[in-house]
Amino acid sequence: MKSAGSLAALALQFGGLSLVAFGGANAVLPEIHRQAVEVRHWMTDEDFAALFALAQAAPGPNFLVSTLVGWKVAGFPGALVATAAMCAPSCLLTYWVAGLWDRYRDAGWRIAIGAGLAPVTVGFVAASAFLLVRAADRGWALALVTLASAAFALASRRNPLWCLAAAALVGASGVLG
Amino acid sequence: MTAQARPSAGALFIAFLSIAISGFGGVLPFARRTLVERRGWLTPDDFNETLSLSQSLPGPNVVNLSIIVGSRACGWKGSLAAFAGLVGAPFLIVIAFGALYSAFGALPAVRGALLGLGAAASGLVVATAARMAEPLIRREPLRAGPFIVGAFVAVAMLGFSLPYVLLALAPISIAATVIARRRA
Repeated sequence: MKSAGSLAALALQFGGLSLVAFGGANAVLPEIHRQAVEVRHWMTDEDFAALFALAQAAPGPNFLVSTLVGWKVAGFPGALVATAAMCAPSCLLTYWVAGLWDRYRDAGWRIAIGAGLAPVTVGFVAASAFLLVRAADRGWALALVTLASAAFALASRRNPLWCLAAAALVGASGVLG
Repeated sequence: MTAQARPSAGALFIAFLSIAISGFGGVLPFARRTLVERRGWLTPDDFNETLSLSQSLPGPNVVNLSIIVGSRACGWKGSLAAFAGLVGAPFLIVIAFGALYSAFGALPAVRGALLGLGAAASGLVVATAARMAEPLIRREPLRAGPFIVGAFVAVAMLGFSLPYVLLALAPISIAATVIARRRA
């Protein structure tokens, strides 16, 4: 059965990513993209960029892109499975570690692990940014929007939703292609 | 968390629900405002420490934060309530967005809006990466730089699978941290 097979594939993929998603969903985005577009051919690059954009425009945590990937692959059950698989393993781990945390708060090894993981995580987030820009920017007008949005987010303390809304309006007018 | 600030599961659910639905384009600033400034459940230091724990564990950071804050307040029920508050509504909203996309995604105006939205959203991730990289590169360029570049090149340029890159680079990076700290 195709749908049971894709639900299992979703559970495996996101369940595994949950436990390596150091730095959050943005860090594993390249892997979600690779699996969904290149390995399993669940969707095109443009679909992926659109789903990511929708997840960013919706309120809430940004791992919701995995919810949308699940939804795209297998409807509502797919969304439930992908979301649960993305959250459950890391949530259980976090719940367990939170109990130990007070005991090891100042332990050298804990601080070293945190500090050692940080640059790798940053590299992953930068890779996400690269892949998303490549998927989203078809032409110089879109590249300009990306540049403006990055500049806005770095320079201004205003809610980035303004920036997304402005870009959507400009896009709806048809000038971006 | 201090003893006088021990919210119930219901209060946790409501608080994280309000954090989730006001958190357009990034939840963290709203989490801080609600938990520290409005409700006073965490001191600023508590918040930073809880956040750094959330970030040093795998999984979505804000989700981890909800689990920790919930469990300190009232055990697994608190974690469950905070998690459900944080994820429930956005889950339904994002699916509604997806349904609208498949119904109207072919319309030129919608397609154009999504192209613009996608370009802007990718720009926000560029900004996030820059924000995250800046303090590391400023403080310890020689230790952090090679791992930032290595992880980026391996995943973005060479297309390696992320878990393997993590398994390869993290132990070296942690070892480098330990050595640097011993010397300091």
